[in-house]
Amino acid sequence: MNIMQSAAEPRPQIRPLGTMATDPILHVRNLEVTYYTDSGRAKALDNVSFTLNAGEKLGMVGESGSGKSTLALAMMRMIKPPGRIEGGQVIVGDVDLMALDQEGMRNARLSRIAYIPQGAMNSLNPVMRIGAQMADAVRSHLPNEPKPAIEARCKRALQSVDLDASVFRMYAHELSGGMKQRVCIAIGILLDPDVIIADEPTSALDVVTQRQVMETIDNVQKAINAAVILIGHDMGLMAQFVDRVAVMYAGRLVEMSTVREMFTDPKHPYSRALIESLPSLDNKGVFQGIPGLAPSLLRLPSGCAFHPRCASVMPVCSTTRPEAQILPGGRSVTCHLYDGEV
Amino acid sequence: MADLLRLENVSKVYSRGLLHAQSNVALSDFSLTLREDEPTILTVAGESGSGKTTLAMLLLGFTQPTTGRIIYRGRDISTLRGADKMAYRREVQAVFQDPFAVFNPFYTVDHLLTVPIQRFKLAKSKADARAKMEEALTAVGLRPEDILGRFPHQLSGGQRQRINVARALLLKPKLLIADEPVSMVDASLRATILETLRNLQRDHGVSIIYITHDLTTAYHIAKSIIVLYRGSVMEAGDVDTVIKDPQHPYTQLLVDSIPWPNLDQRWGAQPIKAREAGGGGSGCRFRSRCPQAMDICATEPPLFEISPTHTASCFLHHKQPEVAMERLSQLLPA
Repeated sequence: MNIMQSAAEPRPQIRPLGTMATDPILHVRNLEVTYYTDSGRAKALDNVSFTLNAGEKLGMVGESGSGKSTLALAMMRMIKPPGRIEGGQVIVGDVDLMALDQEGMRNARLSRIAYIPQGAMNSLNPVMRIGAQMADAVRSHLPNEPKPAIEARCKRALQSVDLDASVFRMYAHELSGGMKQRVCIAIGILLDPDVIIADEPTSALDVVTQRQVMETIDNVQKAINAAVILIGHDMGLMAQFVDRVAVMYAGRLVEMSTVREMFTDPKHPYSRALIESLPSLDNKGVFQGIPGLAPSLLRLPSGCAFHPRCASVMPVCSTTRPEAQILPGGRSVTCHLYDGEV
Repeated sequence: MADLLRLENVSKVYSRGLLHAQSNVALSDFSLTLREDEPTILTVAGESGSGKTTLAMLLLGFTQPTTGRIIYRGRDISTLRGADKMAYRREVQAVFQDPFAVFNPFYTVDHLLTVPIQRFKLAKSKADARAKMEEALTAVGLRPEDILGRFPHQLSGGQRQRINVARALLLKPKLLIADEPVSMVDASLRATILETLRNLQRDHGVSIIYITHDLTTAYHIAKSIIVLYRGSVMEAGDVDTVIKDPQHPYTQLLVDSIPWPNLDQRWGAQPIKAREAGGGGSGCRFRSRCPQAMDICATEPPLFEISPTHTASCFLHHKQPEVAMERLSQLLPA
């Protein structure tokens, strides 16, 4: 169900034939974003690096204000003032998005890297038909595509997210929340991107609709073999959906590992607290929150930003900032507990 | 053995249109009794459009039932006037879904606490008012010196939601209606707020109606559960039994869709039928999506008693004895 099959996409081939599925399609290197606010500089992304393979699903978790959405916007180069991308690379295939000019970046959005926004309910234009909004997106990338071909492409995209082709003629208010969310996914996959970033795509939906939407993302992701970054704070959803989990805290990646490692043996004390705070069927009535509050990015604690809340805090934690280290087995963790093990 | 609150065959129908009147049954023939001497936590669960928020609006007196009566301590709430109405307003409190929208950004958070104190004349002096506010904030696990005098934007969503609980607590309510209190709060803070609610019930004797679509939190906080679908009760009973051994196909679908944080407990493979838009029609409301729909489902199923603490409205259980809607509350453990 490759919706690109009939497309004559005028872009350099960035997935050469014979590429192994295990080759990373996405490299994020040392990405830094700072917000220059009136009360000071807030480093919302601090030296974030990771890679992602084609067809892989990565979950990005953290509390509000940990920099998850900033990461998504930075990768799309949609950070608005007073925020600024201070440095780093986002390489999709063989193109560094940060090095593109405005026009090049505009072309790369949707065709290389697509973004499904938070609260998709409110991201559709209420006075335009769904079809017109979708056709707009296609036309701006493929200006020479004839109208029937554009329409056919949009309808294929709608069908691939289990919506009826008649949705093409509808307005946003005629659709339910889950359907609107799926329209946003359909727009996201119109041009067969290599990377899809979904920012809390289901946070406003009930469990049944949530499951339908996640299954939809799963299906289209498999069909176009895209890499998916799922942003959210629901660890349960992560366990059901992703292959790897990255945990963010105060703008830094503090741990990244496979979903199984994360749930069976979380390394970073913050990940451990996150996992332990989860409700399950076995521990009814046990409420285990994480003590303390997320720090303000304007006044980060010295050393490790998590040390005031950490259960295994050591003297070194308040003085020295931990650096990311790769543990045996390939998982990465940013914590002094593992200083000797590398 | 006084009843705190009794809903007698309450229905709410929203109509629109004059010539081609369309009506939408938001809640249909719902009965429920809460006892005054046994504070409990009751979950009302269901997806969007199941009528759970309509129930909250009815209980708070924001809308009137189309048919049926809501009796609070022996009196119909639509007939309450003057001092009685004020007492009802004080004793039935709410915590709403969105901790960001309920604060006025121009006032400090003290405003939210001082207004009810003045309105209901809870304090004799300024110092007394201050002491009461501090007591309420401490009870929900906040440090008053961190909170009082601050503006809403300086506080996190979890803190704001706990201030809402503190405000409710200040008025010493008999009944708290919590409409999705944690759905907009970070997962890591949910535990804290739920614990606050549970302590409220345990230590202060407040009954709580916890309205949610999230069965995970419902399982952890509540003693009993009512599952609604399009305004009708699908299944009800002890929360452990209902969630671990659901008997109604709709509850099974709901439970099957919970994203448990457990790698060995996957989402069900059963495909989900999309919900059809519009009309209620007759018979079981879940019929069009039900994988086990039968011909008899075109007639409305009564409640069948599966065990003394478990009932489901589904013909799959027609061999069990029927339960009248009025007896629903007796099957809910306190």
